[in-house]
Amino acid sequence: MAELLFWPALIAYGEAAVAYIGNVKRPGRLGTAATWGVRLGWLAQSALLVAQAVRAEGFPWGTWAGSLNLFVWLVVGAYLVWGCRTPFRLLGLLVMPFAAALLLLAWAGGGAGEGEPSRYSDLFLVLHVGLVLAAFAGFTLAAALSGLYLWQDRMLKRRETSTILRLRVPSLAALDSIAARTITVALPALTLGIAAGAARILGQGGGFDALMAFTLVTWVLYGAYLLLRVTADWRGRRAAVLALLGFALVVLVRVALPATHFAG
Amino acid sequence: MRLVLVGISHHRAPIEVRELMAVPSDEAGDLAAGLAENGEAVCLSTCNRTELYVGDASAPEAEERCASALVARSGLDRQIVLPLLYRLSDEAAALHLFRVAAGLDSMVPGETEILGQVRAAYEAGAPGPLLDRVFRQALHVGKKARTDTAIGESPASVSSAAATLAEQVLGDLSGTRVLLVGAGSTGGLAARALTARGGEIAFVSSRTTERADALAHRFGGQVVPLEELEGVLDGVDVVVSATGAPDTVLRHDQVSRTLGSRRGRPLFLIDIAVPRDLDPRIHELEGCYLYDIDDLQGVVDATLEGRRREAVRAEAIVAEEAARFRDWQASLEVVPAIASLRARAEEIRAGELARAEGRLQELSASERRAVESVTAQIVNKLLHLPTVRLKEAAAGAEGPLYASTVRHLFGLGDDHAPQDR
Repeated sequence: MAELLFWPALIAYGEAAVAYIGNVKRPGRLGTAATWGVRLGWLAQSALLVAQAVRAEGFPWGTWAGSLNLFVWLVVGAYLVWGCRTPFRLLGLLVMPFAAALLLLAWAGGGAGEGEPSRYSDLFLVLHVGLVLAAFAGFTLAAALSGLYLWQDRMLKRRETSTILRLRVPSLAALDSIAARTITVALPALTLGIAAGAARILGQGGGFDALMAFTLVTWVLYGAYLLLRVTADWRGRRAAVLALLGFALVVLVRVALPATHFAG
Repeated sequence: MRLVLVGISHHRAPIEVRELMAVPSDEAGDLAAGLAENGEAVCLSTCNRTELYVGDASAPEAEERCASALVARSGLDRQIVLPLLYRLSDEAAALHLFRVAAGLDSMVPGETEILGQVRAAYEAGAPGPLLDRVFRQALHVGKKARTDTAIGESPASVSSAAATLAEQVLGDLSGTRVLLVGAGSTGGLAARALTARGGEIAFVSSRTTERADALAHRFGGQVVPLEELEGVLDGVDVVVSATGAPDTVLRHDQVSRTLGSRRGRPLFLIDIAVPRDLDPRIHELEGCYLYDIDDLQGVVDATLEGRRREAVRAEAIVAEEAARFRDWQASLEVVPAIASLRARAEEIRAGELARAEGRLQELSASERRAVESVTAQIVNKLLHLPTVRLKEAAAGAEGPLYASTVRHLFGLGDDHAPQDR
């Protein structure tokens, strides 16, 4: 059942990614087709997650690959909130290939098949894994917005404006503001997720691994992002670079260091 | 019914002649009503063209009427005016109107103002079934060309380029504070473009107090001496400079010193002066975007180049719509024949039923209804295929031939039924 739902989701995300590329060349109907790909793919993936949860009778995304599946769903869901509006379609060019690739990776790792019950309690997993992944999804979107900001800033500095005007890219002010707001929402989620993990270690014991260390560094960096924004007026380019640095840590935590943390 | 267009435009006639034939909007309706006579007419008059569209049974007579009206309006000798006029009919006239509505006939391809002018002409005119159809289709084509292609892509002038780029940096310009330095005409246009999008002229400055006061009177805003510009930079988002000053009005170090107090807010600067007012190195500062007249003209040129590329796609849309109009107009030729044929058949059916009235009296009410129904079905089935074939033929050149053949075969005569389907 889950397999049957995985492929429509992947195909729809793939279609969206390709259509977004075409939309850059010729804005218009391809952008609409891409938007529908995102919507339908997300619905299919939602059904996939429900099927996995029903099958496992709990929270089945505690594994690395399973969490990757949930992470993709959260990223695309957050993108759907406002990303499908015409000015933000260019953002889909960054988000959807990434989402499709990660979903494929989750499937290859067995995270998109029948869900397996975890030895951890559902409440802990929802609070810890769910909140950390939701925060990472927010950071991912903030990184995409920041990347778009830096690209547009570069184009404006070079006075190469024809592409940004043709594609109706969101203004620098809008990109900067939405990235900051996204991080403002995501950081408390990460804080709560880390707190849930820490509470479990304090209560039931457990070691401190590399993933935890890098997650804390990520937390510090995004905390610094907000602090510098408020106290030292770090906006625009500097803020965008910092958000991208933070995202590099998210990638490291998310993809490169799973083996040390997902023991079962 | 023939569609006739007689007009004059910037393609063939100089402004001196065009302005003589221009028809003010409050006179366009009267002119159209005068030309309509027994037909229909619409007068489209813009700064680049005056065109008379007439629907009439006789194309040559309608053409002559329109040409005479334009000659009379100009007050010039007929021999001077006639060579400057263009005359088009039917599909070619519709194609021309569709191109006009799509902005393909304009000096700036894709300009949007023309669509409103076409609508106003249509509403003020005296359209009948033919012009009603062709003008409504023109408005549809105008919209379609702009939504399906990028022919209406902005910006197409230096002032709108300045405002568009300001939006690209700052977002919505509502509440954006503008410093206007100097009173050059292009600078004034740029300031107008910014205020039209919600910007507010917060400060004005000029080389003399009188000019600064004049600017404040014209645009509002607080007067600031030229030497004190640095002091107000932290309170503005956009600087528009267009003085005739021989030296730099705002230096790199002056702007650099204000960046701290700007708290990371971007600053967009527009330098329309020649020689330039603003130090070009300001553009190198983080969060500062400086565009001079050449940069803005480059943006406009790129836009217009893009519009010209898109015009090829828009031409295809226009041609397709003109073909649809041709098919529709051709169908008008056969509609009266179809209506006559059906009327004749119904007349025969009713007549035969009346002749058989004596024998039908023996039937019950339901049996009589059955006979009525069966005979009507026979007529409909017999006429269905000829009707379809006639409509198909109307789409090609054979429509009139088929229509006359049907009239001849069934003895229908030349009486015309209403022509609009």
